[in-house]
Amino acid sequence: MRESRLKLTAGYIALLIVAVLFIVPFVWLLRSSVMDLSQIFIMPPAWWPRPFHFENFKEALTVVPFGAFFKNTLIIVASVLLGTVVSSTVAAFGFSRIRWKGRDAIFAVLMSAMMLPGAVTLIPSFIGWKEIGFYDTFYPLIVPAYFGGGIFNIFLLRQFYLTIPQDFDEAAFVDGANYFQIYWRILLPLSRSAVIVVALFTFLGSWNDFMGPLIYLKSDSRFTLALGLQMFQGSYTAQWDLLMAASAAVVLPCVVVFLIGQRYFLEGITLTGLKG
Amino acid sequence: MEISARDGQQARPAARKKTTSRERKALFYGLLFTSPAILGFLIFTLGPMVASFYLSLTDYNVFKDKTAFIGFANYAKLFTGEDELFYQSLGTTFYFVVLRVPAVIVISFVLALLLNMNVKGRSVFRTIIYLPSIVPAVASSMIWLWLLNPDLGLVNTMLRGLHLPTSNWLFGESSVIPSIVLTTLWGIGGTVIIFLAGLSGIPKQYYEAIDVDGGGWYHKLRHITIPMVTPTIFFNTIMTIIGSFQVFSEAYILTQGGPNNKSLFFVFYLWRTAFRDTEMGYASALAWVLFVIILFFTFIVFKTSKSWVHYEGDRA
Repeated sequence: MRESRLKLTAGYIALLIVAVLFIVPFVWLLRSSVMDLSQIFIMPPAWWPRPFHFENFKEALTVVPFGAFFKNTLIIVASVLLGTVVSSTVAAFGFSRIRWKGRDAIFAVLMSAMMLPGAVTLIPSFIGWKEIGFYDTFYPLIVPAYFGGGIFNIFLLRQFYLTIPQDFDEAAFVDGANYFQIYWRILLPLSRSAVIVVALFTFLGSWNDFMGPLIYLKSDSRFTLALGLQMFQGSYTAQWDLLMAASAAVVLPCVVVFLIGQRYFLEGITLTGLKG
Repeated sequence: MEISARDGQQARPAARKKTTSRERKALFYGLLFTSPAILGFLIFTLGPMVASFYLSLTDYNVFKDKTAFIGFANYAKLFTGEDELFYQSLGTTFYFVVLRVPAVIVISFVLALLLNMNVKGRSVFRTIIYLPSIVPAVASSMIWLWLLNPDLGLVNTMLRGLHLPTSNWLFGESSVIPSIVLTTLWGIGGTVIIFLAGLSGIPKQYYEAIDVDGGGWYHKLRHITIPMVTPTIFFNTIMTIIGSFQVFSEAYILTQGGPNNKSLFFVFYLWRTAFRDTEMGYASALAWVLFVIILFFTFIVFKTSKSWVHYEGDRA
């Protein structure tokens, strides 16, 4: 498609303005995180910290046990990641590469769960976990990942598996392979990028989860970063320097993971949206 | 298209000739592979769903020894106007949805149009626009609390510098909902990328046809781009509606329902009823009301979609 010079220039300028608007909150976060309060409150506001107060990070991350929160978050995220990747690829395999009676009907029923607001299952799930003595443990946050890993992930992987020629499986069968070998040696290697997409979204979903930890975790020592940050806000209301340092520390891992896996992210969102 | 063609292979004669033992084996392994997901559905979705409905018919409260079955009394309490906060939270949430859904759809569509142009540094712009959407809600809320701080925040400081009227933003009764909408627009990136995918699927020849006919950009937008992305608009609208009705983290961290309950979102009210006031029976009734509302709106969008969503395959 040919586009006129004028139109391109106008579009470019518009994008520049949008980009600035989207970046300013990040800049503001970073610059506030390395200033002391006297610098933060200067009017008109200074954009460049002089001097840099990197010790904000040290202070913010020690007044509240962020080290423990970080460890808790890592344990939860890693466990959820493992469970989700294993159980969603296995389920997607069963829903796409094996042809069995009732398969598509059952899949449709499972898909309907996506329409259900989380609020409906929230209260009984909470009561259930509490009854069996797992309130204030990581289990309610981790165990569900091992049972299917979320229908959305199964859907995404199934879409991908359906595009891989069935002939591969047939050939493997002829060579005497069983379903497990086909899953492990053919499907998984061929769907690496889709698995990475699922892993990335799962990482972010679990890292960013707020409601789950809020409901299931009670002791400070078991808090996650998201919960810890919120608690921090409660006790350091006007300490914007420390609040921003703590926020930056929570945001940073997400940004790093995103920048590393960027290509897969964009692919993955496209994969989910195109089927709409 | 490709997918359905492949699905059709099941009727291949070679496969049909095989004995039923292979079918039985397939059924066994099929169920084996999918059993964790099916169990998960039964334990973590269907079971709680049934339990939730039952709870909504009781006066279950964590601190009460006995739970009584009270029929539809919880629902009666909701709809007879006894619970003012219920109406307040419903109104707040509707207002938020009405404001947010069109804003998200229009703005992300325009951003996708811009990103779809052949400008230099496209991928950099795309990354910048997507990046905020991966920021944890707790952290982005913190950033916005600071940016929108009425006295010292950047936004009001800039407005003052430009001699424009300032606002109390999250602390004003009338400005709190638009402010929360504003903060969530920062995380619009995912929707933009889905639109972008929809746009890139439009065949170039269609635009060339308009070039030949001497039509301008408006004609292209009106007669090709918009009709061709209606399936994407449809998908994004449904997802945005469902998401907007369930907003929680932002409500919890930004305002805690304040000021004066003006940002008492439905799910926040539900959480408060269940986990602070421990009225879990009543909160379950709230959850079902939300479920029905979301189903209703999704249904409406689906129903109307026939008249405005254009599918390429339809003509075939």
